[in-house]
Amino acid sequence: MSDYNFAYLDEQTKRMIRRAILKGLAIPGYQVPFASREMPMPYGWGTGGVQVSAAILTPDDCMKVIDQGADDTTNAVSIRKFFERTAGIETTTRTSEADVIQTRHRIPEEPLTEDQILVYQVPIPEPLRFLEPRETETRKMHALEEYGLMHVKLFEDIARHGAITTSYAYPVRAEGRYVMDPSPIPKFDNPKLSMAAIQIFGAGREQRIYALPPHCEVVSLDFEDHPFDPSKAPHPCGLCGAETSYLDEVIIDDVGGRLFVCSDTDYCETRRAEGHRGDDQVSETAA
Amino acid sequence: MTLLLSVQGLTKRYGARIGCTNVSFDLYRGEVMGVVGESGSGKSTLLNCLAGYLSTDGGTVLFDTRAEGLKDMLTMSEPERRQLARTDCAFVHQHARDGLRMGVSAGGNVGERLMAGGARHYGQIRASAIDWLGRVEIDENRVNDRPTTYSGGMQQRLQIARNLVNGPRLIFMDEPTGGLDVSVQARLLDLLRKLVRDLHLSAVVVTHDLSVIRLLSDRLMVMKSGEVVEAGLTDQVLDDPQHPHTQLLVSSVL
Repeated sequence: MSDYNFAYLDEQTKRMIRRAILKGLAIPGYQVPFASREMPMPYGWGTGGVQVSAAILTPDDCMKVIDQGADDTTNAVSIRKFFERTAGIETTTRTSEADVIQTRHRIPEEPLTEDQILVYQVPIPEPLRFLEPRETETRKMHALEEYGLMHVKLFEDIARHGAITTSYAYPVRAEGRYVMDPSPIPKFDNPKLSMAAIQIFGAGREQRIYALPPHCEVVSLDFEDHPFDPSKAPHPCGLCGAETSYLDEVIIDDVGGRLFVCSDTDYCETRRAEGHRGDDQVSETAA
Repeated sequence: MTLLLSVQGLTKRYGARIGCTNVSFDLYRGEVMGVVGESGSGKSTLLNCLAGYLSTDGGTVLFDTRAEGLKDMLTMSEPERRQLARTDCAFVHQHARDGLRMGVSAGGNVGERLMAGGARHYGQIRASAIDWLGRVEIDENRVNDRPTTYSGGMQQRLQIARNLVNGPRLIFMDEPTGGLDVSVQARLLDLLRKLVRDLHLSAVVVTHDLSVIRLLSDRLMVMKSGEVVEAGLTDQVLDDPQHPHTQLLVSSVL
């Protein structure tokens, strides 16, 4: 423990990141540049999220890390271990017990409270990036609220596929001002972005931090005649029987057997401990 | 006749070199102004200055804005200028790929200015995109195709549709028929003439092709070395050129 400063980063760096976070919270959805540090893990493994977590952790915090909703994937396990070692904090897999939750791809099913902070690992913070490659131009577009282009992307979806097929990283508008990319969460989670907990988004490679304060108004962009639809697979969870949670499709054999299970492992386990059971059946088998 | 654009003493220098100097003209509603000259004479510099792509070294460009009447485009704030460039002004590039989003379908290209203006109804945006494709003689069933699958002439027509969809009053055109073969040029010119007449558009057309000017424009400026050497009604200038350079240009038409 004494080999490292608390939570790995030096105090000056944490101070710099906290300033960026405060600015981000003051301007919901605005991408605040920050001097991202090298972290002992590759870009794409959550360097942005790790730096944000390191800057906000206190010694009494309890941390949870999820990757695609699961607590037991390589990425989640190694980041949890990283903070156990460098900050000496407690970690947990229970959503309700955690003070800080670092996540990639999902918002936990269980509603978060105002005592909690949700930290996202963001790969590409700029929602306009794939339409307008110039950073100088996208910054101007944000500054001048020129967001017509975002709808061109959704327009293209409908023109080509008949419906808005953007199913993750679905653009939202925060407090009627900044259009932001809510990290690669499924659009099923978009309605949950207006929540009681603070949400902080960290992009390490792109050197941007942005944030949503509690109970912030977050609206998913759409067309009047093609309204936003937070879709999910039309099945109950095969293990716990939950009807309303976001599901992963698991291939279980080589003859087309499939099982739909909650992507939030903690939610699924909690429900099973309470006695809920799914039909545990392969929902469809190829003939 | 209402004044739409009034340019006074517009000057642009590239260091010690002159881009264009002391250019003045007035443009009225529904009028087409042609700018001709040999290459390097400052035609495109002038056009880019007018459209706000280049900073200038002097002069005023008064535009008749809808809200506030005549206003200098050069001293306008950037949000205002960009707003104007999205609504009341349009720019047709010589190369269609500069003016189109090549990764976006034709419908999306045409609809972009509408969506930038706040249109949020897919059905209506698509309907006006199809309507405009029809006006520039592109078949309705190509609406979902990307411009990469279009021929050069079609790309140019698509660019024109994309620029005119939200009813701008002023359109800048930089060699709109350059790089197209003669039969396609002729059709495009017919189309442009029809659109300008029907929509009561004003345009500034830059070209080195005198036949394009004769067909399209009402008035004409001849430029040489960054200066306007002769200006007047198109037929008058082309039939009775006064300046030696204009005489040279007219006599060298094949």
